[in-house]
Amino acid sequence: MRRVVVTGLGLVTPLADGVEKTWERLLAGQSGAGKITGFDPSRLTTQYACEVPLGDGTDGTFNADAYMEPKEQRKVDTFILFGMAAAQQAIEDSGWQPTERADQERTGVMIGSGIGGLNSIADTAVMMAEKGPRRVSPFFVPGALINLISGQVSIRYGFRGPNHAPVTACSTGAHAIGDASRLIMFGDADVMIAGGAEAAICELGIAGFNACKALSTAHNDDPTKASRPWDRDRDGFVMGEGAGIVVLEEYEHAKARGAKIYAEVLGYGLSGDAHHITAPPPDHEGAERAMRAACRNAGIDPAQIDYVNAHGTSTMADTIELGAVERLVGPEAAAKLTMSSTKSATGHLLGAAGAIEAVFSILAIRDQVAPPTINLDNPDVETVVDLCANAKRERRIDIALSNSFGFGGTNASVIFGKIA
Amino acid sequence: MSDVADRVRKIVVEHLGVEEDKVTETASFIDDLGADSLDTVELVMAFEEEFGIEIPDDAAETIQTFGDAVKFISSAQ
Repeated sequence: MRRVVVTGLGLVTPLADGVEKTWERLLAGQSGAGKITGFDPSRLTTQYACEVPLGDGTDGTFNADAYMEPKEQRKVDTFILFGMAAAQQAIEDSGWQPTERADQERTGVMIGSGIGGLNSIADTAVMMAEKGPRRVSPFFVPGALINLISGQVSIRYGFRGPNHAPVTACSTGAHAIGDASRLIMFGDADVMIAGGAEAAICELGIAGFNACKALSTAHNDDPTKASRPWDRDRDGFVMGEGAGIVVLEEYEHAKARGAKIYAEVLGYGLSGDAHHITAPPPDHEGAERAMRAACRNAGIDPAQIDYVNAHGTSTMADTIELGAVERLVGPEAAAKLTMSSTKSATGHLLGAAGAIEAVFSILAIRDQVAPPTINLDNPDVETVVDLCANAKRERRIDIALSNSFGFGGTNASVIFGKIA
Repeated sequence: MSDVADRVRKIVVEHLGVEEDKVTETASFIDDLGADSLDTVELVMAFEEEFGIEIPDDAAETIQTFGDAVKFISSAQ
């Protein structure tokens, strides 16, 4: 099988716009949470979230005009805008912008979303109820469809290879990166732009997850303390938004053009729980099977894993995931393992979560440092695993595994390795 | 320049992101102002909203230039 490496990164997160600014704030233990400002949340049980900081582009703020002309912005939902922005960053970072037709045909796009244009759908439905169907914009459908990030990226850059978009709730970003790497391994493409984007922080999105009893509700007065994986006082996830995109490339292709190589995609594993629409089973053996499959695919012993970026959403399922990881690596390796949940800082970006967390896992390998789990003040788990509580951990990280689990009982694990 | 023309021009500039002086009497939305077929559908909807009129689909198809739009709207009002 052909080897796949990562040659470009792009991030739009609640911590900042941009890879380095986000990473710097993540390592510093900052939180991206705050009272919702994008709309009036006063009718909602949960009135806080991790929103992307908007601004003029300075100090890590997101300036949409830097990525899309204002007249084009009007035609797309925000999740597409975030996806396009992160894709632009990743593509520019990789230096891969082919003008030859043959190269363009070997370059594909696989960017998904968990929910897609929810806010556009909600707004358009309300508008139609008031003014009638003739007022529905011709840009409503192409502005809300999940695969339209992949479509827009291919149109802008002339990428004529495989054009695809996975939808697996909160595992979407991980599935996109894993599936895209397989397309390169199997020879369908030499380069893939892959990842996920989400922008579901709207009244309907928060109300829906509130109804599922999935969101944190107790921190309207102190939102930065709300996302606290493995902590005694956790009470649900905090919704985030943004996008994570990577450029994946066949190893010899990357070497031949002298590309900067961040890491190798070593392994990928998938499984289904066959259990419940929103909850994992008590032992989450499906998660364990996904991780084992990824290790087998990577040709490594699970004990070789140095760092796990947990799904860790700040719910009771955090403990279950930790148990699955402990069983996977065994007691001896568990004592040497570092595992953190960056959702403590970014919130849960749903379909983009697996993608931004893949980027964090890759940066952990690059900089040999694990980002912290913030707000882990009173762990309610007893474990020998280092959960990286409240401070980053500088340590050797040659192999990092990133977990993502989604509603419907879908699990994905991706393993990245250091390139010697 | 009539009031209708000013209001139509404002909509065209806003929706198509073009310079005001490009929006001349004979300027074609598609050939001269960079619109695609979806843009023209949206433009017609914006005209309907702004002027409180209904533009049937067969009439919409005949509105291809700025001048066409001003003429149609002036007579429909």
